[in-house]
Amino acid sequence: MDKYLWLIPALPLGGFLILAFAGKQLSRSGVAMAGAGSICLSALVTFVVGGAFLGDLPANAVYTQTLWTWFEVGTFNAKITLSLDVMSLVFVFVITFIGALIHIYSTAFMEADRDYARFFASMNLFVFSMLVLVLADNLLLMYLGWEGVGLCSYLLIGFWYEQPTNGNAARKAFTVTRIGDAAMAIGLFMIFQQAGTLVISDIGANASTIWQPNTTTVTVTALLLLAGGLGKSAQLPLQTWLPDAMAGPSPVSALIHAATMVTAGVYLVARMHAIFALSETARLVIAVIGAATLLLAGLTALTQYDIKRVLAYSTISQIGYMFLALGVGAWTAAVFHFMIHAFFKALLFLAAGAIIESLHHEHNMFKMGGLKDKMPVVFWTFLAGAISLAAVPLISAGFYSKDQILWYSWTAHGGSPVLWAVALSGALITAMYTTRMMILTFWGESNTPVGHLPGSRMTMPLVVLAVFSVFAGFIELPHNFGHLTLFSDLLSPVLPETVMQANIPSEWLFQLLAALATLGGVFLGYYYYYQQPARIVSLRQNAMLASLHRFWFSGWGFDALYERMLVKPFIFISKINKSDITDKLYTGLAAVTDDMYKLLSKTQTGSLRWYIMGLVVGAILILGIQIML
Amino acid sequence: MKTTVSAEAVILLAGLLFALGIVGVIIRKNIIFMLLSVEIMLNASGLAFIAAGSRWGQPDGQVMFVFILAMAAAEVSIGLALILQIYHQHKSLNIDNLKEMNG
Repeated sequence: MDKYLWLIPALPLGGFLILAFAGKQLSRSGVAMAGAGSICLSALVTFVVGGAFLGDLPANAVYTQTLWTWFEVGTFNAKITLSLDVMSLVFVFVITFIGALIHIYSTAFMEADRDYARFFASMNLFVFSMLVLVLADNLLLMYLGWEGVGLCSYLLIGFWYEQPTNGNAARKAFTVTRIGDAAMAIGLFMIFQQAGTLVISDIGANASTIWQPNTTTVTVTALLLLAGGLGKSAQLPLQTWLPDAMAGPSPVSALIHAATMVTAGVYLVARMHAIFALSETARLVIAVIGAATLLLAGLTALTQYDIKRVLAYSTISQIGYMFLALGVGAWTAAVFHFMIHAFFKALLFLAAGAIIESLHHEHNMFKMGGLKDKMPVVFWTFLAGAISLAAVPLISAGFYSKDQILWYSWTAHGGSPVLWAVALSGALITAMYTTRMMILTFWGESNTPVGHLPGSRMTMPLVVLAVFSVFAGFIELPHNFGHLTLFSDLLSPVLPETVMQANIPSEWLFQLLAALATLGGVFLGYYYYYQQPARIVSLRQNAMLASLHRFWFSGWGFDALYERMLVKPFIFISKINKSDITDKLYTGLAAVTDDMYKLLSKTQTGSLRWYIMGLVVGAILILGIQIML
Repeated sequence: MKTTVSAEAVILLAGLLFALGIVGVIIRKNIIFMLLSVEIMLNASGLAFIAAGSRWGQPDGQVMFVFILAMAAAEVSIGLALILQIYHQHKSLNIDNLKEMNG
């Protein structure tokens, strides 16, 4: 069955081609069939191929399928080769399965939109590019998918292009991620220069012979690759685009800006772990960036009004956890958290989209409230996602994945108590803003009348994702209870085992503290937003806290900083060169010619006697010269 | 009676006539006189050809002179026709009044 691997990316590509070329001729149901159907079929093929692959695992745990040669230059040979191993299978599963659910949801969510076919064409192209990214056998093909998802992200953020702010958000996302992508391209050049190949498995197998550990070269290469990941995954210092990217439709936020594309950075680092394993500096940088991002984004999420912006900052924060895990060397924990996060964050975004649509495009949480009884299905599913995001102990999938990261952030080879403390306070903040979001949205008094309720095509994906958000965690239980390691066993052929420090403290203590942090966060949210809402108002009176709130609300002033540091100087320079200095040379040439012509045309007086004088003087001069010489 | 005139003297006369013609073309304002001066210049060159022909004992000089005569006849007829047209249109033969074709 493995040989049908190519069908997985080919089906979304087919859907895209049909919709792009014949989308205008198709009826609405035809568009929905082509758009959602292609992804559903792709998900089915994934189940069949994945099942067959896991049932009969090849000796090296990789199945590669070369489709054709892309191009050949000298000794360099770029092939279109798909490579399926367990890690890419996890990503493909998440992309096609969650992608299919989101597409089904979108058929109802986008029903009234004018550009139904354009939406599904872009979404299908995105799924295709993302699948190419994770299935690519070499870094060049991966880069193709990498840029493809960036393009689709741009197209879908600016989907409602009539509003200039949406277009600006799309351009911002494209430009900021391009910074990371440029660095990544340089990283690929460096890898090719040093290793002579871009095939991932060859690089992984020979990394220790190509590079000496902890040399500048390997660190620079690793950091350049990391920069690409930071851009795509919206980590410090390139995180500013993701909150604005919420301008796109909610299914786009769920698929691209929560579940799949933004975790491409995690995939890249995990995939190239052989290089990162050789550079301690690079791993430390990853861990520190992850920890800083999760704290910073969490505190920002605490202050937002717009429900989608809360979720966006929460996504940045959760990806920060994944980077922290990668940095300390807990590779499988990062991938596990990626999968669980994809379930619950896609769910939260879809549920938020349903709420926003029912409330006539109201994004402000403070104008929601009281939706608990009015939208029961959305409430219960949102609650399932929220407990997973907050990592409520034992009963949520998020607990199992995040607890692992907290545990490793101290005890793994690269871990330290400081990283753990940051991650733990991040957990407290996460629980707090999640509770705040729940209470503001579903409890209290109803502030906006509810329109029509979401139909079954919208609620069915919510329910499925809710089930996964609660139960998916049970495939990997902590070592001290249950000790079920299905997921990390699965990934063991691809990712190295997490190296632990010597004489580590008891895991029970960590779990207890993590649970306390979560419950403490929930309690704080409950206390300030449900029991004593007046206290929040009185806290606002404090000038210092109010300015802190403003600072956090603006995302720690990063937008203003970049505006002043990069955007303004750039505009200033481009204004200076508005008339193009090179062009001046050519306009100057034209001006000189023009002046000469004007000067010469003055001699054309029309006076015949002057012309004769000219003739005579000229003849005398020539004759004189002739005689003289 | 046969008198001999040296070729140098004839060439000198031709040169003088030519210079006279040029000066006439330059300083005269009346177009008819300018045309006359041009004729003088033509005849000066014709004279130079005759002198050169007799000096070398070749018939070419006389051939050229016949050509020049024919050309001068044509030139005068066209020139006079143009002058007539100018006079019709401008009621003047003063060259200084005819400066319309300037750049």
